Amino acid sequence: MKYYDKLIFELSKSGRTGYSLPESSCPACGEALPAALCRSLPLDLPEVSEPDVVRHYTNLSQMNFGVDTGFYPLGSCTMKYNPKINEEVTAAFGGIHPLQPEATVPGVTEIYREMDRSLAAITGMAHFTFLPCAGAHGELTGLMLVREYHNARGDFARTKVIVPDSAHGTNPASAAVCGLEVVVVKSDARGLIDVEALKPLLGDDVAAIMMTNPNTLGLFEREVREIASLVHACGGLLYYDGANMNPLLGVVRPGDMGFDVMHLNLHKTFSTPHGGGGPGSGPVGVAERLVPFLQRPQVSGFHGNFGVIVRAYAYILMLGRENVRMAGKLATLGANYIKESLKDVYKLPIGSVCKHEFVFDGLVNDGAHDDVPGATTLDVAKRLLDFGFHAPTIYFPLLFHQAIMIEPTETESLETLDAFIDVMRRIAEEAARDPMILHEAPHNTPIGRPDETAAARQPILCYH
Amino acid sequence: MMGKSAYFPHTDEDIRVMLDRIGVASLDDLYADVPQECLYRGEYDLPAAMSEQEVRDHFAALAARNLPLKVFVGQGAYDHYTPSVISYLTSRSEFLTAYTPYQCEISQGTLRYIFEFQSMMCRLTGLDVANASMYDGPTAAAEAMRMCIASTRKRDKVVVSADLLPHVLSVLETYARYAGIRLVKARDVLAELDAQTAGVLVPGIDRYGIVRDLTGFADAVHAAGALLVEYCDPSTLAVVRTPAEWGADIAVGDGQSLGIPLSYGGPYVGFIACREAYLRKMPGRLVGQTQDAEGRRCFVLTLQAREQHIRREKATSNICSNQSLMALWVTVYLSLMGPEGLRKVNALSSEGAHYLHDRLLATGKFAPAVEGPFLKEFVLRPLVDVPTLQQRLQDAGFFAALATEEGYVTFCVTEKHTRAELDAMVELIQSM
Repeated sequence: MKYYDKLIFELSKSGRTGYSLPESSCPACGEALPAALCRSLPLDLPEVSEPDVVRHYTNLSQMNFGVDTGFYPLGSCTMKYNPKINEEVTAAFGGIHPLQPEATVPGVTEIYREMDRSLAAITGMAHFTFLPCAGAHGELTGLMLVREYHNARGDFARTKVIVPDSAHGTNPASAAVCGLEVVVVKSDARGLIDVEALKPLLGDDVAAIMMTNPNTLGLFEREVREIASLVHACGGLLYYDGANMNPLLGVVRPGDMGFDVMHLNLHKTFSTPHGGGGPGSGPVGVAERLVPFLQRPQVSGFHGNFGVIVRAYAYILMLGRENVRMAGKLATLGANYIKESLKDVYKLPIGSVCKHEFVFDGLVNDGAHDDVPGATTLDVAKRLLDFGFHAPTIYFPLLFHQAIMIEPTETESLETLDAFIDVMRRIAEEAARDPMILHEAPHNTPIGRPDETAAARQPILCYH
Repeated sequence: MMGKSAYFPHTDEDIRVMLDRIGVASLDDLYADVPQECLYRGEYDLPAAMSEQEVRDHFAALAARNLPLKVFVGQGAYDHYTPSVISYLTSRSEFLTAYTPYQCEISQGTLRYIFEFQSMMCRLTGLDVANASMYDGPTAAAEAMRMCIASTRKRDKVVVSADLLPHVLSVLETYARYAGIRLVKARDVLAELDAQTAGVLVPGIDRYGIVRDLTGFADAVHAAGALLVEYCDPSTLAVVRTPAEWGADIAVGDGQSLGIPLSYGGPYVGFIACREAYLRKMPGRLVGQTQDAEGRRCFVLTLQAREQHIRREKATSNICSNQSLMALWVTVYLSLMGPEGLRKVNALSSEGAHYLHDRLLATGKFAPAVEGPFLKEFVLRPLVDVPTLQQRLQDAGFFAALATEEGYVTFCVTEKHTRAELDAMVELIQSM
């Protein structure tokens, strides 16, 4: 990667154009707007040619890392390979207006119908809505459905949502946006929900519990069926956060664990590209008794991120009922392989078999000596960038101070995992010998560590 | 039975080596901690695996079943031209397959284009700051409604114009219902202002296509201690008076009109821009400029203490992602168009729309419905049977004359439409 310093505005030269539009074929109609309704501010958009634009954004792209560039051991993010056929088949649906009558788009409605059927088969839920545009959006939608369900029963006192301390930050945030109160349940020494701590929280004010299973430590909540019985007995519902669905793909169905509402992240489990932070898609599935409420919350403008849904459908067709059984297992295999290969040099707080991801709590030997502070998790992450790997998810979950959360996915080969393991061991050796190498990392990237404090203290958010 | 998936690199030998390292005998043993009753042993009710050629053919057949229609409807999704360069650049895998740019040292490409996107949204709206994007226009409006509540004290009411696009109103109603916000829908929004009002949300261009005169709105809303939010079509901001000029505090809308294909409604990209005073209440990601130790200019995600991964239930919003790739789409579009191109898009669309408007009225099959200045979109009162009209248009390959809830029909013209197409539509209607 090489450093490239321009912004598109800095290529601008008055009088240069990059557009190609037809000449007007209709008679000019005079000024359509009275002057009082017209823009009088200058419009400072870049004035650049088409070659300028292509070269600029190509140069920008070369400062980026992607799945096609290299390995992302990024916990809770499921950065699997994005098949190219998915992109190709989506292009044919670009010209369809969202308000066209259904009768004019039978191909589109069949994609929604088949996706509904397929996701129901994979998850054990009854039906899905495809309106949510991302995982957090799905959580919000799912909680709206929970509220609809209770309200329809005249049960208006259920205002609390129980969230484990290991949950993704979106869980409590979604509950708050949905007008619900968050109650945290602690994890026990095994890293699982403490069932004894849960019991006193249950009552007729509980709307739902939100669970991620396997949880963010990569551990399967083995008491899930007991938890389901307890929550259902008090009249609450179970919400399944599908961010960690990948290890269960083809092995375990959330419906069979007792969940009533769930979302899936099509951009994680179903291979659609992350696009540098979106667009995603977060379809929400429900058990039979919540189906009547499924279409009520209009949480996005039209029909959700249709283009993402098409890509996920292509992935499901490519996998088919045969290969779907292998996806989760191979993801779990990779995570356990890395864990076992590194646990002598990185602290493994919980040693049991993991699912798709696991969490280290920093280095066994961080190299701290005399005045030199030891290498931190941030240092390890930044040093990894020098060796052509993306960093793991760090400082999450919040249960461990030096958390390093690693998730390989099923599309990484043994050779890639071995190369990553070698580099992680080398970094551990460097830390033990001379932690300054890590403190000063990265060394081989287009920029070094930025001054984030300055960025936040006097924010520059717009080009002037 | 298909062979192994092309996406799984594992040989049988690889799996054996890995299981040995872990110290278990089989892949199933990796699930020994899962209770038996949770394991799914049945056949998955999914299609058999297809080869890539079969997948390609399958989608070609699905696409062929949709009627190919020329689109003359807007209502929040506009059929503007998409330059070839955009999909070429946005499909570069360094952009397409990248994660959220938390590791800024290897994400300067994403961070720079988001910074450019934020800057362009500021320039279009005239406001101080814009975020890295939202899911779509309607959800951006819902987040703006929440910002109004968060930016005022002990106020729970938001007044929204009944003339907003229907899909925007639906999403606002949804978010308000669960968040305990009192949403008051009104034609005369200023008449609803009171001491409980946190914000007023109005369209710059309403659902009839009329460019609204917001003179005096900001003063009235501010005098009541509330915030003014304008819902805009960003493409038209090249020519219409901007939210900043109207005195709005927040501007939201959908970037779809900036070159994003219709795609049956998504993915699109919402934007939210505001005055600096409301920056800390803003939802979602923000990219800021800074420098590294060697003084090189660089960009990072900043002010993250507003966001869910830090603040959890106290965050300004639950949103985690943005529609990053679609923000790139818009950024490349605006770079290509520049000020002159975007003005020309508006001029061509407006000329076509006024031409169609006048010719349709001249057929005698329509009467004027809502009077006021318009650009590319307008409504008429039909004097013919609407289902018959729509069917005739559809049979001739047009999607046009979508009915509104009052029984008007809407039309929209962009630079993609030729005079020959407009004439053909008019002649068809004339012959009814």
